[in-house]
Amino acid sequence: MQKNSPVINEKVAFETLEMRGITKRFPGVLANDNVNFDLRAGEVHALLGENGAGKSTLMKILYGMYHPDEGEILVNGEPVKINSPTAAIQQGIGMIHQHFMLVPTLTVAENVALGLPSSRKPLTDLDRVSERVIALADKYNLSIDPSAYIWQLSVGQQQRVEIIKALYRGAAILLLDEPTAVLTPQEVDELFAIMRQMQSDGYGLVFISHKLHEVIAISERVTVLRDGRNVGTRPTCDVTQNTLANWMVGREIEFIKSTEKPQVGEVRFALEDVSCGSDRGVEGLRGVNLAVHSGEIVGLAGVSGNGQLELAEALTGIRPITSGRIILEGQDMTGRKPSVITEKGLSYIPEERMKDGMIRNFNISENLVLREHHKMPFSKHGFLQMSYINEHADRLIEQYRIKTPSKKTLAKSLSGGNIQKVLLARELSREPRAIVAAQPTRGLDIGASEYVHEQLLMERKKGTAILLISEDLDEILALADRIAVIYEGKIMDILPRETATKEDIGLLMAGVHPGETIRNEKCD
Amino acid sequence: MISDLLSATVIIGIISSGIRLATPYLFASIGEMFGQRSGVLNLGVEGQMLLGSFVAFYVTLETNNVWLGVLAAMGVGALMGLAMAFITINLHATQGISGIGFYLFGMGMSNLLFQKLVGTVEGVKGFQKISVPLLGKIPVIGEIFFNHNALVYLAFLLVPVAWFVLNKTTLGLKIRAVGENPEAVDSLGVSVAGIRYLTVIMGGVFSGIAGASLSIALLNVFQQNMTAGQGFIAVALVYFGGWKPFGILGGALLFSMINALQLWIQVLGIPIPAELAVMMPYILTILVLTLSVSKGQGPSALTKVFEREG
Repeated sequence: MQKNSPVINEKVAFETLEMRGITKRFPGVLANDNVNFDLRAGEVHALLGENGAGKSTLMKILYGMYHPDEGEILVNGEPVKINSPTAAIQQGIGMIHQHFMLVPTLTVAENVALGLPSSRKPLTDLDRVSERVIALADKYNLSIDPSAYIWQLSVGQQQRVEIIKALYRGAAILLLDEPTAVLTPQEVDELFAIMRQMQSDGYGLVFISHKLHEVIAISERVTVLRDGRNVGTRPTCDVTQNTLANWMVGREIEFIKSTEKPQVGEVRFALEDVSCGSDRGVEGLRGVNLAVHSGEIVGLAGVSGNGQLELAEALTGIRPITSGRIILEGQDMTGRKPSVITEKGLSYIPEERMKDGMIRNFNISENLVLREHHKMPFSKHGFLQMSYINEHADRLIEQYRIKTPSKKTLAKSLSGGNIQKVLLARELSREPRAIVAAQPTRGLDIGASEYVHEQLLMERKKGTAILLISEDLDEILALADRIAVIYEGKIMDILPRETATKEDIGLLMAGVHPGETIRNEKCD
Repeated sequence: MISDLLSATVIIGIISSGIRLATPYLFASIGEMFGQRSGVLNLGVEGQMLLGSFVAFYVTLETNNVWLGVLAAMGVGALMGLAMAFITINLHATQGISGIGFYLFGMGMSNLLFQKLVGTVEGVKGFQKISVPLLGKIPVIGEIFFNHNALVYLAFLLVPVAWFVLNKTTLGLKIRAVGENPEAVDSLGVSVAGIRYLTVIMGGVFSGIAGASLSIALLNVFQQNMTAGQGFIAVALVYFGGWKPFGILGGALLFSMINALQLWIQVLGIPIPAELAVMMPYILTILVLTLSVSKGQGPSALTKVFEREG
């Protein structure tokens, strides 16, 4: 086989890889801050951290897609320059991206052959490529038909094509960027089996994940990243899951706590066994039950992308649900339009405040009446009552302390904090019965964040039912009366604030119930 | 009168001139197809054709060498393709708008050069008919297929060659991949910009030849705006042909046959208003495009700017 296919790259010789002092800045963000990381042949090294912790950035630097501002990379002890994916491939590095780098309209063999020299230049040599693909697939039990088109394959199969692509190019190091995020549990088991075999064949594997049980099950060593920094690198067998969870979410508490006892009343809104799809084609929510009472704040914690957006959109009627019921004020709101649900007293502060909450090129007074503009007294007989709308804007700018040159200023020229104030002013001045606030302080400075928190606590005092969706655990611990943790579209648990610890929440966010222990059989 | 159209000589004449008239469509559309398969929509084909048309005419007029004329048209097309590539790939200009710019430039420039360098309408000795030995002697078939000038044969030869390049070579594989998922191609270390430069310049070269085929092979004169929208029809034919060389061949033949038919209707003096007859190919363009183009079947990355992050 090898003789017939002269263009196949042999596996590159690889012993060790080291990244030293890697720093990468993006405008306004320090994505990697002096990170050290290393990998040996024959090990799985897990890279654990929340979204935005800098895991993908670090790996994209290793794969030559980003250029580090500082730091160096050594392969087998020799410093190397990796300026492009081509250079990475030459060093024997292959990457399995979170979003697959495949061309759907081409076949498996064509995708593998793409960019490689052909043995029959300038013609393609797809039959030879196919032979070798089958050989590689057999070796690792991948069962892939080289003549199948990518669009015909399942996500799990597409991932295998990515692995084959890397092996075909002689990769000795595989960087797997959240490879399990798109897989079913069964596919995850299959992937792990493939990874174990590759490991015993002397490959070095980097496994990026924020799921603790996967990291513990598959890896020899684990490195935790938080806010772009390496918090620690340890042999997996030497650390407890609690330590890892702690490292992942951090310890500092910055926010003032709400001290008053909640005056909890009746259930204002609830999801009953709700399931729905997601934009990524997988299930967004899977049988979620959650009730929020008047006068309480329920915090929804979780690593982003675990169903938070889908839950907010299902509640507000934006996203159709496939089963279950949405209840608002005791009435079944399932399948009702967002406008009906809004009318019933639900206010929504969307995560993408500029995209989903406002119109960039409208001024403040216009943005303030987006929801109610068609009603008296903002319009009469279909005509906007500009004088009333302007008075209304003046009133809210004053009341919500919005800092702006004038009410005619366009939304896009406001600062993030003031945009959020405009949004709060619009949503809270309607005197809502219930509020869904998604990441309400993301990207805001401390002053603006505190302002948002004050407003939410004031609403709670008035008896409004509030669902606070946040990735910021400190925020949730400071404000929420009960904390629900969402993981892969399911509510893992709901904890009362008094007894909730960061560690427990961290474990739940990573898909592990506190008390449950996960073992890597190799450690026994 | 209509029955005049049904006589053998007339039918042979229509088909034969239909084949001849397909030449500019084929060159321009096949060239444009390569650009679009790699993700670049070049609406400036018309301008490239006009300038190619003039340059071919002028060089032939001066040198009496039609091949030098074609070569010059190819050069001018390549330059315009290079400029288009730079503006859309490096400067990230919106492809549709910059294409319109190149159309206007080509039209204005060809007019200007024509007035400055030639001035009056003048004929030129263009490509001559070549009767293919033996085959050209076959009755009817020989008349229809094997009595044309060199550019006609080349245009039809281009179709299978283009198909082969696109589907059987490593270059073709890269072109197809770049038009669908440039990120994937980039991640494998292939230059997205390099491939797109190549296809857009190649498109310009073929548009130049398409223009030359009008001024030194079909009509043997140059007139202002002599392409009369054929460059735009060529772009439409790429969609019509489903981004495939043989699909484009079918479309090009359909349009050129209709064109030949309307010319013969005028020649024979059939009482259909000439204006109406001239409109036929264009009306057909709109009809066929709205009715037959499969929606969303084009290259996924068509008109999308590719920029590597970081």
